[in-house]
Amino acid sequence: MFDRRLAKHPGHEPSTKKLYTMNRRNFLRNTGFVAAGSLFVPAFMKPLEAMALDELSLYKNLVVVQLSGGNDGLNTVIPFGNDIYYQKRKSIAIKPEEVIRLNDMQGLNPNMAALQEIYDQGWMTIINDVGYPNPDRSHFRSMDIWQTGSDSNQFLSTGWIGRYLDSNCQTCKFPYTAIEVDDSLSLAMKGQTKKGIALKDPAALFRNTNDPFFKAMLQNDKEHLDEDNLGYLYKTMIETSSSASYIQNTSKVYQSKSTYPTSGFANQLKTVSKFISSGLKTRVYYVSLSGFDTHVNQIGQQGNLLKQYSEGMAAFLKDLKSNNKLEDTLVITFSEFGRRVEQNASNGTDHGTANNMFVFGGKLKKQGIFNAAPNLSDLDTGDLKYQLDFRQVYGTILDKWLDVNNADILNKKFNTLDFI
Amino acid sequence: MSTKDNFLKVKHLYNRAGFGVSYTDLQKLSKKNLDKVVDNLLKDSQKDDPINLINDFESKRQLLVQAGLYAKKDLTDDEKKMRQQIIREQNEVSRDLNIAFITKMINTDAPLREKMTLFWHGHFACRSNNPFFAQQLNNIQRANALGSFKTLLVEVSKSPAMLQYLNNQQNKKGKPNENFARELMELFTLGRGNYTEQDIKESARSFTGWMYDKDGSFIFRQNLHDTGTKTFFGKIGNFEGENIIDIILEKPETAQFIARKVYQFFVNDNPNETHVKELATHFYNSKYDIAAMMKKMFTSDWFYSPENVGTKIKSPAEFLVGLSREFYVTYNKPQVLIQLQSSLGQYLFNPPNVAGWPGGQSWIDSSSLMLRMRIPSLVLNDGEIDFSGKADPEDEAVIALSRTATTNANANMKPKSYVNANADWPKFLNTLPKGLTPLALTEFLLQPKLNTKITTMVSDNKGLRSTAVEITSMPEYQLC
Repeated sequence: MFDRRLAKHPGHEPSTKKLYTMNRRNFLRNTGFVAAGSLFVPAFMKPLEAMALDELSLYKNLVVVQLSGGNDGLNTVIPFGNDIYYQKRKSIAIKPEEVIRLNDMQGLNPNMAALQEIYDQGWMTIINDVGYPNPDRSHFRSMDIWQTGSDSNQFLSTGWIGRYLDSNCQTCKFPYTAIEVDDSLSLAMKGQTKKGIALKDPAALFRNTNDPFFKAMLQNDKEHLDEDNLGYLYKTMIETSSSASYIQNTSKVYQSKSTYPTSGFANQLKTVSKFISSGLKTRVYYVSLSGFDTHVNQIGQQGNLLKQYSEGMAAFLKDLKSNNKLEDTLVITFSEFGRRVEQNASNGTDHGTANNMFVFGGKLKKQGIFNAAPNLSDLDTGDLKYQLDFRQVYGTILDKWLDVNNADILNKKFNTLDFI
Repeated sequence: MSTKDNFLKVKHLYNRAGFGVSYTDLQKLSKKNLDKVVDNLLKDSQKDDPINLINDFESKRQLLVQAGLYAKKDLTDDEKKMRQQIIREQNEVSRDLNIAFITKMINTDAPLREKMTLFWHGHFACRSNNPFFAQQLNNIQRANALGSFKTLLVEVSKSPAMLQYLNNQQNKKGKPNENFARELMELFTLGRGNYTEQDIKESARSFTGWMYDKDGSFIFRQNLHDTGTKTFFGKIGNFEGENIIDIILEKPETAQFIARKVYQFFVNDNPNETHVKELATHFYNSKYDIAAMMKKMFTSDWFYSPENVGTKIKSPAEFLVGLSREFYVTYNKPQVLIQLQSSLGQYLFNPPNVAGWPGGQSWIDSSSLMLRMRIPSLVLNDGEIDFSGKADPEDEAVIALSRTATTNANANMKPKSYVNANADWPKFLNTLPKGLTPLALTEFLLQPKLNTKITTMVSDNKGLRSTAVEITSMPEYQLC
């Protein structure tokens, strides 16, 4: 499962050593054979590498879905049971008869029909009114806050997943522990010493790292490894190269049997599913869908996006289910802020504050609607008040899903929730 | 001092204080005494040449129209169209401004001034969707780049871009907004730990009434100003904003904070506190004369010591400007420079937040490094771009509008695009002495010391042009 050619290049030692150590540990555990000492895998053990695959199903995956632009949560999960909603949104409210009802108060936007089945299966949880104190209405700043997990007046240069990588826990020490299916890496995925890897197409990255020039640069690079910044560049190259080989070689044989809708977003999810289903030891995946800044003529635009989102997500979850991976996967969806309760004059909505988050998975503890619907009669200058801090959601995931202490990552302890 | 030794020092100086140096200039300069070279560098940067992309009158007219349209509740269809038209124009001009700044860095003959402008651009980090405000702030940073830090600080504090960005428009008597006061001390002058929450509260009151008017000029609104007594750093008085700035500058911590940041930008990510102290003392004693501090730094022996040469990771701007400058690159579609900045993580005029770009190793992750290593062949050999990068969150409204026009299926698929740039190879090759070997070219283009791998790689006689593309694609080229 690993590119064995790597072992021939002395320059790859640091990372391959890590890989082989891991394999050996897996191998040893599987055979009940206990030994300590040498870091090197004896040659005769190599053919047994494949055995480690069995254990991979124990890996829990987190998929973070970012809706960029500030998705209007109130037209996503519609509080159709509340008259205030209809009073404040004269021309853009979703009519009660069109809402996909989940209970007496809230229901889904009709464009999200694909998620009804998912919801009914108990694979979906809706958390209402997630936000943070002193909310910022700038896209950039609020996204920064969500991605770094900072307070609203605090500037962090590392992301929450990045700091999880930095924590160097048992399960997050590989350079491919966190993958973003994109061209560039989001701040959320950048730690102080470790960073996630961004790739849209594993084959393309593999080709690039196997370019003769790139390979030549990696030959005999040992002399750099102790130097500060140059060493860091070479370490990044080596890790990129070994990750690219690992990801490509692990995932290339996998063929998805499910069909996905044709959209860029669904393609990203399809790639994630391929990685998860082929047993990649990645723990965190990050994808995003943008265009939610609907100041003008919201209905059609948001409708299209929600349709793309829901159809992509439904295909993804069913695909995981058919591969027995749904129980090992947790998906969360967030946006940098919700929108104001009252619509504007252009049949759209302006930047607001608290918003709903979605959680998907095969092992949810609390399914359906997690907490009370937004209180539309108790607003903060026209905006929803938050019930839950988004870092409680992160904290819950860090503690209960990624098995680290959330205080180590979030800089203070956040109370966990019981959705997982 | 040998010429060879001086050659390397001048090269280092121009890489850090500017964006590189041509071989011809380097040869000439190396014959001079190093102190003379530093004097020349400062002299070359005396001239302040502002960006005048945006016509003052036109932009003010737009502001007025826009302010009127925003104040109105129900817009007619024509007014809606007009507002959208203004937003579209502003976005377009903002992109032009970005290109004007990076092009200026590429072509400037006042390299130290532009490098310092880039430094202040990150130090006084600001976003403004009004390109006239953004240009104004950029010009303030350029005009005072090597002047008095006090003047710079006061002018930045009074610029509409910063007043807007840090919510001082909302800072009124009885209802203070502390955002500006906090960042003034935390990020612009003293640094964390050198003031109290009480100092922030009190000084915020002093800045009440610091605003800009509907024409986009600074105005002090007496009726919104809190004239009461304030206690600031133990002093009691009826302090105005300027008094607060004076008190902040009296504190040596401010000189230390700025000197440390300058050191990290020009010398080393990991500051040597002895050297920082030297710089800070000089800065403080010179009454915050920026040029004096820079001269002190560039004439210090430690500036040229091995741990400070070829060890800094270039910022995306330094990387793109340096490469374009070195090879006399013209961009036929300069928008590609914005795409490259954004994919590499430094979209000028769009810092991540008021703390600016964190810099150092945070520039590098697997994708940004792979891209950096491919850019020379894209730019110098007009390669095909197969990445699209991420949308800036502030552009979401534009994306939302354009989505209606495109079908969902192909929203993420783009036609093939090329960098569409020309390197002036004859000009570049002309700057090189006759008979220059590939190895000598490598020694010139790279700042880190060469190792055996590189010397072997470039010794197979590929010709200077191929060698240049190869060298600039190396990880070593990411350092300066």
